[in-house]
Parts: sequence; structure tokens; C-alpha cells
Amino acid sequence: MSFFARFAQNRGALIGLIILVTIILMAITAPLFFPESPWRMVQRPFLPPLEVEGFPLGTDTMGRNVAAGLMHGAWVSLLIGLVSTLVALAIGVPLGAVAGYYGGLIDDALMRFTEFFQTIPNFALAIVLVAIMQPSVTSIVVAIALVSWPPVARLVRAEFMSLRNREYVEAARLVGQSNRTIILRQILPNTLSPIIVLASLMVATAILLESSLSFLGLGDPNVMSWGYMIGAARTVIRQAWWLSFFPGLAILLTVLALNLVGEGLDDALNPKLSRERS
Amino acid sequence: MNETSSSPLLSLRHLTIALPKGADRAYAVEDVSYDVKRGEILCVVGESGSGKSMAANAIMGLLPKGVRPVGGEALFDGQDLLTLTEKQHRQLRGLRIGMIFQEPMTALNPLMRVGAQIGEVFEAHGQLSSRERQEKALALLIEVGIPQPEKAIRAYPFQLSGGQRQRVMIAMALALEPELLIADEPTTALDVTTQAQILELILDLQRRRGMAVMFITHDFGVVAEIANRVCVMRHGKIVELGDARPVLDNPQHDYTRALIEAIPSDVIPEARGAETDTPLLEVESLNKVFRSRGGLFKPAREVHALRDVSFSLVKGETIGIVGESGSGKSTLGRCVVRLEHPDSGTMKLSGTDFMNLKGEALRRERHRVQMIFQDPYASLNPRHRVGYAIAQGPLANGVPRAKAMAQADALLELVGLSGTADRFPHEFSGGQRQRIGIARALALEPELIVADEAVSALDVSIQAQILELLEELKQKLSLSLLFITHDLRVAAQICDRIIVMQHGRIVEQGPARDVFLAPQEAYTRQLLEAIPGRPEALETV
Amino acid sequence: MLYARLIVMRLLKAVVVLFLIVIFNFFLIHMAPGDPAAVLAGEAGATDEQFLRQLREQFGLDQPMYVQLWRYVSGIAMLDFGYSYRQQMPVFDLIMARMPATLLLTGTAFVLSLALGILAGSLAAARAKKPSGSLIMALALLFYATPLFWVALMAVVLFSVYLDWLPAYGMVTVGAGYTGLALALDVGKHLILPATTLALFFMAIYTRMTRTSMLEASQQDYVKTARAKGLSPRIIQRRHILRNALLPIITLAGLQAGQMVGGAILTETVFAWPGIGRLMYEALMQRDYNLLLGIFFFSAALVIVFNILTDLVYRLADPRIKEAS
Repeated sequence: MSFFARFAQNRGALIGLIILVTIILMAITAPLFFPESPWRMVQRPFLPPLEVEGFPLGTDTMGRNVAAGLMHGAWVSLLIGLVSTLVALAIGVPLGAVAGYYGGLIDDALMRFTEFFQTIPNFALAIVLVAIMQPSVTSIVVAIALVSWPPVARLVRAEFMSLRNREYVEAARLVGQSNRTIILRQILPNTLSPIIVLASLMVATAILLESSLSFLGLGDPNVMSWGYMIGAARTVIRQAWWLSFFPGLAILLTVLALNLVGEGLDDALNPKLSRERS
Repeated sequence: MNETSSSPLLSLRHLTIALPKGADRAYAVEDVSYDVKRGEILCVVGESGSGKSMAANAIMGLLPKGVRPVGGEALFDGQDLLTLTEKQHRQLRGLRIGMIFQEPMTALNPLMRVGAQIGEVFEAHGQLSSRERQEKALALLIEVGIPQPEKAIRAYPFQLSGGQRQRVMIAMALALEPELLIADEPTTALDVTTQAQILELILDLQRRRGMAVMFITHDFGVVAEIANRVCVMRHGKIVELGDARPVLDNPQHDYTRALIEAIPSDVIPEARGAETDTPLLEVESLNKVFRSRGGLFKPAREVHALRDVSFSLVKGETIGIVGESGSGKSTLGRCVVRLEHPDSGTMKLSGTDFMNLKGEALRRERHRVQMIFQDPYASLNPRHRVGYAIAQGPLANGVPRAKAMAQADALLELVGLSGTADRFPHEFSGGQRQRIGIARALALEPELIVADEAVSALDVSIQAQILELLEELKQKLSLSLLFITHDLRVAAQICDRIIVMQHGRIVEQGPARDVFLAPQEAYTRQLLEAIPGRPEALETV
Repeated sequence: MLYARLIVMRLLKAVVVLFLIVIFNFFLIHMAPGDPAAVLAGEAGATDEQFLRQLREQFGLDQPMYVQLWRYVSGIAMLDFGYSYRQQMPVFDLIMARMPATLLLTGTAFVLSLALGILAGSLAAARAKKPSGSLIMALALLFYATPLFWVALMAVVLFSVYLDWLPAYGMVTVGAGYTGLALALDVGKHLILPATTLALFFMAIYTRMTRTSMLEASQQDYVKTARAKGLSPRIIQRRHILRNALLPIITLAGLQAGQMVGGAILTETVFAWPGIGRLMYEALMQRDYNLLLGIFFFSAALVIVFNILTDLVYRLADPRIKEAS
């Protein structure tokens, strides 16, 4: 069975993929539908949804178009989610690989370091980092990456520890392959599937983190984001619930889609798991 | 005996069990009929995938999900078990039919004390008060011969050895004095001496209680030891069924004959005179201690894996290192190939020091000693084509790619798998993978090959083929081989000399024939006597 | 004895972690753009020269780095976390005043999420092939994907604004002057929404984990042994499967404690719950970095307490650990 066929067997994963593609399209086409800045005031404030043509989701407290904000916000969420995950992988994978492969004191030291980062409440750390570095896309990405690499390091370490004494790795050592070759050619390719699955879930978590930061007013002041929209509408929730409702729904759908896709990837990449047991 | 003992307690009639869609065959067992009479031991024998355990699981109502009986009947004391509801079946389990399993290490709940787990059997069938249950559990533990039963009853499974856990399993299965005991490979995971003790225990209990036993095994040695009758299975069908003695002495079916012959029990080859006296490998006073690193408050634990081990191997010779688990035999092999570093001693290869090489220098010399691994499924990287797997050694040692690949092709042909270099490991069977592993070990033209339990993971018939291949390669390439195994029958077949190890020490060493036929040490004799089916084997020599 | 030793070990480790956080905070202040004194004072303090001088004095900002570090660390060792200019109170006093509210909220949410999560997860595992099981998992996934602060807002809209069942803000009814049982009931009523919303996300995690863990445990050999004894499915499920499946969940619960404290920041902000999370939001709004770092330190301390507790529970649950240590 091909990879996609296995993926598509999971109906939820397929739905997730469709949602995700839609959101990506939203992000890409936002400048086409709404060429103007989503920050511009274009109508009277507090316009309810479906009341005036061109404003299907109404306007916010400042008379800005909610639909435009939603589509431009998709771009920011996806970008920050993806980039911060890549940065987290760039920290976590080498660290976990070295700790798991060499073991001993190196492992001890690296794992204490990882544990330290895991003990710190990661959202609080992200807040402190962004607040002190001043909110910007870069500081948000750095903060999210810094709080999300420990699970990667732990996963990769665990995989390396279980694979480093696998007979084919010992065979490679016996024929004189160097440690570098063994790490890169023998072990790392065999750890990719769980890393990919974890990464898809991390993108989702990163999007949640970003929206939470923006909600608290720690978003980049130059880019429109879903979390900011909800945060800005919080005080008027009694009068205009829709201002918080739609951006929240957008976050929910994106995170849900990424999780569904992650599960589908897991099914497709680890088909043996269910069979090996029997 | 009286009449009841000859009427069948259990009678399978044309039993057919379907496998779920997508399995490699439609039926796990097909049209299988056999009886188990009261007071007899029936051995169901077969290799992996023969479906030998499936009928037992159906009788217990413990078939895996998706597997279900589709035809025939299983009459227990006249009642068809296949038509029972889950609840009726449950009332039978533990009470009238007991069962023990292969893996004593995982078959007990790790979080419950032994006594409580035995007591559960009575609880399940609403018998006794909780105090009486504990008294009964203690009596059972004494009956199955657990050392320090008062202590064992309060122990958690992880505090007991494999053999002791299997005794607890037996105590549990026999708690309510069932009429039928089903034993599914109960000794396969155990060392030979432990296996012998457990077999004896089962025989003894069976005689004392007069119960019927259905004993599932892959080992004809075990059959010879305990069976009244035998049922040989292959691919879900019965190949041969009959009384044990006639089947063992005069098997009617080719497959049965092949299985019995495949057990390398009765041939101890004449020791070949060594071609030269030049020692290839000289090992002197090797010591290795494994220390678990202690914490701030945690004492470090030490295991002496090797104590003062000395031996030498002459070029072209095969030495077998035999011992039970924990004897240090694998550590010795791993030290020789330098996957482990010994603490002290010397190790010379063709007269040059091979023990103190480090880092880059070691990497350059590694090609001189290669290894054949135990697990054919773990020894090949699933992401590499087998051609590359074989060529990676020469490549790492600077051989040009084209030459290395051509060499890999030639090696694959040598082990009987020509033209398969482009395939991935999952396209091969276990035996074929082991051939690839052998080709990989040969690729660097090593001076010495260490084979660590190289055939232990294979079915007997495949085992025989691999041993034959090794024998053939030995002749052709005049290999020097260090053959590590727990299976004395295998060692007897292929080795010129034997080294017996126990607790990290060499107990006895000498020419294979001498060690097997005239063992000097008590431990060696104990090991030899523990081989199931051994008395018969010796008579034929 | 064993537990005493364990607790001593864990406390030692906690001291090391907290010490590292103090150092981390110190460098964070210096990493920030601008005069560290101005950073500490925040925007408001920047205009007040006297306060800035006081800060420079306190941290010895004209001294070499190591002296500054020493002063900072020794100050914190004496529980001196500095002074919040905006709130006109020592940081330590501010945090201690807010701590009980946070403990109540996170503690309730922790117990609630764990209990409901394990319950829902076992149900889902027992009905793995049935629609009801799939429904539980779908709900869990939904809660898992929902932003916490948004659930909180929507809960306010639904239960306070439209249905008017529960109070939306604060911890007590202002001006009611309740005492005793009435006060407890009033707090309880205020606690329902924040605790439930905070618990939802974690409940989702525990539900998923419990299900996976139970399905895995039900494949184990000892379950087959239990069935071969003739035990009833109910006993097997509870005594053999669930007990073994709980071990990884305890570990996870410990790891999740940090996330829960982080989640409390959002919930407390939305519900105006007077805990350290709300205080953190206020500090953010006022750029009161000294207070912010103080809260950061204490939230880490809180996580460590949760970790030690789950560690103790794990040791109670798994006999193998005792032997090994």
C-alpha cells in the first residue's frame, strides 16, 4: 500500500488535511481578497456578521474588517508554528542524538539540562522571554522554540538509546564505520517517522502558544494575529461575542487539523506497530 | 488403569479456525482432530506458524481478536467448548482447565504480590475466605518447590527468577486441581537446567494428580522426555499423530523425520586435527565487571561477567562456547570483537595486541574480527538494501564503490541468494536474513568470526540449513570460528573444541568428543543431563 | 526512611533548579535592551530617578558583573525579590498574598482533570470498538485543540452572560461579606468556571493517554494469565489493566504540572481570579519586570512541588522502584 493510501485510510486524517489545505490557501490568498492592511479602519465599529456586504464577519471595536484579520492572521499562525517547530527540532534532534548515542556523562549532562527546561513552566518562560526581548515575530519564534525542544530531545534520545545497541548498528561499528556515519546513516533515518509525527503535533502546540501570547498582548504589534483579535475583543465580550468567537474557531480548526494529520501520519509511517504485536 | 482413564477428556473433531483477512493463510488450523485422554500427556509439536497454539487458545476461549473457530467441535467431557458463552467459558477456565504460558517474565502482573495473584484463582470461582486463600497459596508454593515459600508469597514477580516465576504460574494453574492442564511452550524461555527441573515438576504433578496435560512445544527433545502421545503439526494441519515412542523411533511422515533429524543430537563429529599449531587468538586472564552506576545514596552493583578467562584458538578451528544465561559467554564474544572492553588481561590476534587499540586505530583494525548476530530481524538495517549492508564494511575501509558492490553480489551468491542485492531486508525470511548476516561478516575477509547464538532464533529445520552452510563455508574458506551458543546439541554438531562457562568462569574445555562423552566436571554433566531427550541420543552414538 | 531520603534528594535537586532560574533571571535582565535599572523599573519607573537610583543601589549596577550576580542571588536567598514600584509593595509579599488562590485553582483543576480523564479514558478503552468510545475520543481531541483562553471566554458568554448561572469574575462576591460556610460556598461557585475550563485541556490529555495506556496494558501477557484464571472482565479491567496503565499517567501528570501553572495564567486573566497568574498579567500590562521575574520564579517552584508529589505517588504505585533504589 502506498503512503498516501495508508494515510487516507484514516478518515479523520483526510478531513484534517482538507482543513489544513484550506487554511493554507486562506493564508496565501489573503492579499488577493483583502489587499489593504487588516489594521485599517474601514467601517463603523461593532458591525455584526452578515449585515453589510463585504463584511461577512462584521467589524471590530475599531471598525476593522474581521474577515480580513482572520485571513491575514492565518499566515502569521502557520508561519510562527512552522518556523518555531523547525528551530525546536534543530535544537532537540542533535542534542537528543548525541545524548542517546554516547550515553554516560554526556547523556547525564545533556539530560539534566533538558530536565531543567522541562521543569520551568513553559508558558511562563515564553511570557518572560517575549516580554523582556520585546514582542516581535522573531522573539516569539525564539521563545516558542526554547520552550518546545525538550520533548524532541527526549524522544530522539530514547530512540537512539534503543537503536544504538541494535545488532545492525553494532555490525556497522564492527566493520569500522565512524560514529558520524553511524549516527547519520544507520540510526537517524530510523528515527524519522516518530520525529515527523511529533513535529506535526508541535506545530499545533506552537500555534496555540502563539495565540496565547498574542491574547495577553505579547504579539508582534505589526502583524495581525488570531490571538490578538480575541484579546482585543475580550473586554467587549458581552456586547460582541462574535469578535472573539470566529478567531477562536479558526485556531481550534487549525490545531484540530494538525492533530488529525499527525495521527494520520502516525498510522501511515508506523504500519508495523499493529502487526508486529500479533 | 480403569475405564475412565482411557475415555477422552478432550476431543477435537475437525476443528477449523479462521484467521482474519489479510493474514498469510486463511486458516490457523484446518480440520484438526485429536483426543487428550485422562491422565495422559499429549505433545503438540510444530515450528513457528504451524498453528500449534491456536487450538489450545480456542479451548480456553482466549483466541486473539479477529481469529475465530468456523468449523468442527471441541468436546470437553462431552460438552462442546466452542458453543459456550463467554460467561460459561469463564467458569471453566482455571477451575477445570488450567493454562501456563511461554514467557514467565511477563505472564505475571508486575504490581501484585505472588500470593495475591494465586489467591485470585479462588476468588474468580468464589471459593474460600481471603485468609484460606493465602494458606492455600502457601501450600501450593510449597508443592511446586519454590525456595523460601513464606517469603515468596509476599514477593513481587520482579524479585523472582524466570524458573521461580514459572513455578508460580504452575501453582496458579493447578490451584483448583483442574482435570486438564494446557502448557504452551512453558520451558522455551528457560535455561536447560531450569527447563529440566520444570519438566520434571510437571511430570511429577501430572502423575500425582492424574490430570491430563496438553503440552505444546517445538522441541522433539522435550517430546521424548515427557510425551505419551504426539501430534505433529505443520501449516495448520496435522502431519502425524500417534504414540510417542513409535513416532520418535519410526516417523512415518517426511516432515516429522526432518524435524527429528534436524535436532543435532546424535552426531558428535570426530575432532579434526588442527591444520597448524599457530594460535590465531590468544586470550589470557580476561576479566570484565559490569557496574551499575550508583547514585548519591544508591550503592553501585557489580556483576562479574568474566573471571580470569584464558584460552586460545588455532587457525582454521571452531571453538564452541556454551553456557546458560548469565554465564558470561556473550560478554566473552563481545570482548573478542571489541564491542565491550575487558577490564584486564591480554588478547592477541595473530600475535599482535588487539585489546588496547583505541579510537581510530581500533576502527582501522576492526575488519580482522567480524561477527554473526543472533536476531536476523534486528541485525539488518531496515532502510538499507542488502547489497549495501554487505558492502558497507569494504566501503568504510576504502574499497571503491563498484568493487565493493561486485563483491557483495559474489558473497550473496556464495550464501545461496544470488541476484538479490537490490532488495530490502523485509523481503527475506529469517533464515535468508541470517545468510545475509553471514555474507556481511565474510565481506571484510576477517581472520576470525564470532557467531553469537547465530541459529538460536531460527526454527530447527532452518537451523539445520544454516549450520550446513557454515560447515560448508568452513571447509571452503578455512574459517576460524568462535561459536557461542546455549544449545549443546548445536555445539556438538559444528565445534572442534568446547569451552563450558558458568558464572563468568571457564569450567571445562577440551575436544568436543571428550567434553560430550566424558565430561570431567560436575556442572558439564549437569548441563548434558538436562538436555531433553538426551538418554536416547546417547544410546545411538 | 526511604521516603525521607527521597524527599531530601528531590529538595536538593529543587534548590539547584531554583538557583539556576535565579541566574537565568539575572542574565535575562541584562540581556534586555537598555539600562537594567530601567528594565526592572518598567516603563513607569523609568521616569522616577529616585526609584532608579534605589534599584541601582540594590543591584549594585555600577559594580562588576559577579558582584551584581552575588547581590542578586543572596538577595533572593533572603527572600528579597525586590520591590514592585507599580503596586507599592515588596514582590514577595504580593506573590504570597496571591498564592493561595492559585493553589486552590490549579489544585482543583489538577484533581478534576486527572479523575475525569482517567475515567473517560478507561471508558473509551473498554469501548474501543464502539461508537461511544469514538465519541469520547472525538471530544477529547476537540478539547485538546481548543485554546484555553477562548473556552474561558465562551464559558463566560454562555454561563454568565446568557444563562446567568455562575459568576464570571473574581473569587468572592464583592461586598457580600460572607463568612464561614457561606464564604466557602461563594468561593466554590466562583471556582466552577475557571477550574473546569482549566481542567478541560488537561482532561483531554489524560483521557487520550489513559486509553492508549490501557489498550497497551490489555495486550500484555499477564492479562491473558488473568483471563485463564477465569476472572471476570470487570476485575481484570480494574485490577490488572488499569493499575498497570496508571503508571505512565502518573509520570505524565507530573510533567504536565508545568503546563497547568502556565494555563492558570490564561484562566486567571480571563476570570479575574486573584492568583499569581492574574498578577503576572498585571505585571505584563504595567511592564513591571521585577514582579514578572519574581512570579516566574515562584511558578517554577510550584511546578517542582507538583513534581515531587507525583514522584511520591509513583513510588507508592510501583513496587519495583523501591527495590531498585
